[in-house]
Amino acid sequence: MKKRIISILLVAVITASSLAGCGKSSSSDAEGGEEGKVINVYSWNDEFRKRVEAVYPKVKETSKDGTVTTLNDGTEIHWIINPNQDGVYQQKLDEALMKQADASADDKVDIFLSETDYVNKYTDADADVAMPLTSLGINPDTDMAEQYEFTKVTASDVNGVQRGSTWQCCPGLLVYRRDIAMDVFGTDDPEAIGQKVKDWDTLKATAEELKAKGYYTFSSYADTFRLYGNSIEASWVSPGETTVKVDQKIMDWVKDSKEWLDAGYLDKSVKGQWNDDWNKAMGSSAKVFAFLFPAWGIDFTLKPNWDGENGVWGVTNPPQEYNWGGSYIHACTGTDNPEHVKDIILALTADKKNLLKLSKDYAEFTNTRSGMQEAAGDASYSSEFLGGQNSFQYFAPVAENIQIAPLSAYDQGCVELIQNSFSDYFQGAVDFDKAKANFETAIIERYPDITAIQWPE
Amino acid sequence: MKTKHKKIDYAKWGYFFILPFFVSFFIFSFIPLIDTIRYSFFEYYRSGIKEVGPNFIGIENYISLLGSDMLKYAANTLILWIIGFIPQIVIALVLAEWFVDARLKIHGTQFFKVVIYLPNLIMASAFAMLFFTMFSTNGPVNEILMSIGLIKEPFDFLGSVFGTRSLVGFMNFLMWFGNSTIMLMAAIMGISPDVFEASELDGCNSIQRFFYITLPQIRPILAYTLITAIIGGLQMFDVPQILTNGQGTPDRTSMTLIMFLNSHLKSRNYGMAGALSVYLFIVSGILCFFVYRMTNNDDPDGSKAAAKKAKKQRRR
Repeated sequence: MKKRIISILLVAVITASSLAGCGKSSSSDAEGGEEGKVINVYSWNDEFRKRVEAVYPKVKETSKDGTVTTLNDGTEIHWIINPNQDGVYQQKLDEALMKQADASADDKVDIFLSETDYVNKYTDADADVAMPLTSLGINPDTDMAEQYEFTKVTASDVNGVQRGSTWQCCPGLLVYRRDIAMDVFGTDDPEAIGQKVKDWDTLKATAEELKAKGYYTFSSYADTFRLYGNSIEASWVSPGETTVKVDQKIMDWVKDSKEWLDAGYLDKSVKGQWNDDWNKAMGSSAKVFAFLFPAWGIDFTLKPNWDGENGVWGVTNPPQEYNWGGSYIHACTGTDNPEHVKDIILALTADKKNLLKLSKDYAEFTNTRSGMQEAAGDASYSSEFLGGQNSFQYFAPVAENIQIAPLSAYDQGCVELIQNSFSDYFQGAVDFDKAKANFETAIIERYPDITAIQWPE
Repeated sequence: MKTKHKKIDYAKWGYFFILPFFVSFFIFSFIPLIDTIRYSFFEYYRSGIKEVGPNFIGIENYISLLGSDMLKYAANTLILWIIGFIPQIVIALVLAEWFVDARLKIHGTQFFKVVIYLPNLIMASAFAMLFFTMFSTNGPVNEILMSIGLIKEPFDFLGSVFGTRSLVGFMNFLMWFGNSTIMLMAAIMGISPDVFEASELDGCNSIQRFFYITLPQIRPILAYTLITAIIGGLQMFDVPQILTNGQGTPDRTSMTLIMFLNSHLKSRNYGMAGALSVYLFIVSGILCFFVYRMTNNDDPDGSKAAAKKAKKQRRR
C-alpha cells in the first residue's frame, strides 16, 4: 500500500512539475500548427537524451539539470527518467500509460523507450500503447530499409505491424584476453582464436586446453544464456495461451552449463551476472579467458572493470550468432506531437549519417546495414581499448545472421527466473526436479495468469 | 447579562490539535487498509499492461494462498527471526545488566550505548549490500579465512542454506541488539535499588541476583520486547531481499512472507497480495492484543498469573 501512496505522490509531483514547465514555454512559432508544446519522453537513463542531443539537428539547448531540452521552434522535450532496477521504470511507465487517455495534452506521454527484454509487452496489438509507425507516416519498408531485419521483427506485434524502432543493434561477440591466448595457444590472432571458438563442440575442446593451463573459458553459466535463450524456436508463451513452454534450447543450456561447470570450464565462484564476483572476473588477476558481449557490454561493462592496459582484450566471432539488448523508441498512442515524434524517430534510427556519428562517438553498433559495412572497412572506427582492432569488422557479419527468437510479454520474468531457479541446481543445492519445481512456483507467483508449465520431452 | 464566558471549553482545542493526525491517518492508513481488505476478495492483477479484474471471487485468494508455499515461507521467517533473536536478547540482557550495575563501574557507558545502537542507524539495505560484498565467494571474509589457514577452499556463504540463514540472523542481531539493550536497561533501572541492596546483604551472588531479582522484575518489559520483536520479525524483508536479490536463495529457504508478498506485487496482483496482508494483519493483531493485555494490567509485576495470585492473597 505504501508503494501506491508513493506513486500517487510521485505522479502528483511529476504533474506539478510538468505544469510548471508549461508556464515557461509561452513563445513558439507557427510551424508546428496544432502540435503540442511539450514532448514527454519516458526513459530509464540519459542515454537516449545524449543521443538526441548529439544528432537531432533541431535541438537548441538542454537545461543544466538535464530534465528539459528546448528545440529550435520552442517545443520542449521533458525527460522523465525512472531507473530500470526492480522494474521501477516499467511501473511508472505503466501508470502513465493507464492515465494517457485522460491526461491533458501537455501531460501525455509522447515517446517512451523499451528494452528487448520487455519490448513485446508494449508492442502488443490489443493494448495498442505504441503507435504503428505507419500511423505516424513512416513507411518502414522504404524509410527504414537500411535497418537490420531482426530489429524490425522485434519491434513488431503479432500481425507484423512495426510499432517501434531502434538506433542500436546489439550483435554479440566473443571478447578474449590476448595474454591468456598467447599463453595457451601460442597466438592471439583473432582469426586463429575465432577458429578455436567457432562452434560449441570446438569451443569445448578449446575449454579443455584452457583448463589444462588453469584458466576458465567463461566466468559464469549466465554468460552463455543469451546464446541459447535467443535461439529458442517458439516464444516462452504463445500468443493467447497461458502455458509457459520451456524450449529444448533452454534445457540444453541447463545440461551444458552443468557439464561445463562440473568439468571446471566455468568459475564456480561466479554466480550469475551483474555482481561483484562477475565484475572481478573481468580484472587482470582473474583467470577468465573470455566474455560474450555486444558493443555496449565492451564499453560499459568490460572497460570499467578492466584494471590493466589497453590492448589486452581482443574480439572475435562468437560460437553462435546472438543479440543482447537494444533500446526501442516508441511513439505513444495519443501523442499530441506526432510530427515531432516522427521526426525524432527518423533522425535517430533511420539516418545513416547520424547513426555513423553515434557509432564513432559512442562506440555503438548502430542500425544501418550499409553504414556498418563501411565502418567495418574504415580504420578510423578501430578501438583503442581493443588494441586498435576494428570490432565492427566482427560485429557486422554477426548482425547479418542473427535469428531473433520469437518474443512474448513474459520473457523478462521467464529469463530471469529460469536462471535463478537452475542456479541452485548448478551449485548442487537442489536436484534437477526440485529446480524445475522452483521455477514453476516462481513463474506462477510472478505472472498470476500463467496456468501451467510445459517442459520439453 | 448573558453568561457567555462562564464556562470555557478547552476540549475543542484538544480535538482541533489532534485533528491533523486523524485526518492523515484516515487518508494514508485507514483507506488503504480498507482497500487492501476489499481487494483481497477480488481477482485483480495486471498482465503486461492489460488490467485483469477487479472481479469478485470471494475467498478464493485466501484458499489458494493456503495451498501455496505460504506456510513454508512463514516457517522460513520464523527460523530467520529466531536465529537473530536469541543472541539478540541474550547479549542485550547481559549488556544491560552490566551497564546498570553500579559496582562494575564500567567507564564510558554512554559511549558504548551509542556505539551498540549505531548499526540500527544504517539503512538495512546498505547493511545487506555490505555483507553481500564481504561474504561473497571471492570477498574479503573468505580471503581472510584462507590466509589465516582456517579454510582451504573459499566457503560459499550465500550458496548454502546454513550460510545465508546465519548471515541474515547475524545482521538482524547486529541491527537490533542495541535497541533491546537500551530498552532493557531502562527496565532494570526501574527496579527499586532497595531490592538489590537487601539481596546483597543476604549474600546473594551476581548470578542469583540476575535470575531471582532482575529477570522476574523486568518480565513485562521482556515480554513486550519479545512480542514487538515477533511483529517486527513477521515483516522481515529488507535484509534477505537485498542479500539474496529478492530470490530467497538457495532453494527459496530464505524467502520471507513479505518477500513473497512483494513478488505478488511485481505483477500488481492486488488480490493475492491483499489476502496475504490480511493473514499477516490477523497474526499481528493477535500478538498486539497480548501486548495490550500485558501493558494494561495494573498489578504489581504486570503478568496475569501474578495478578491472580495477588487477588487470592488479598482474599485470604
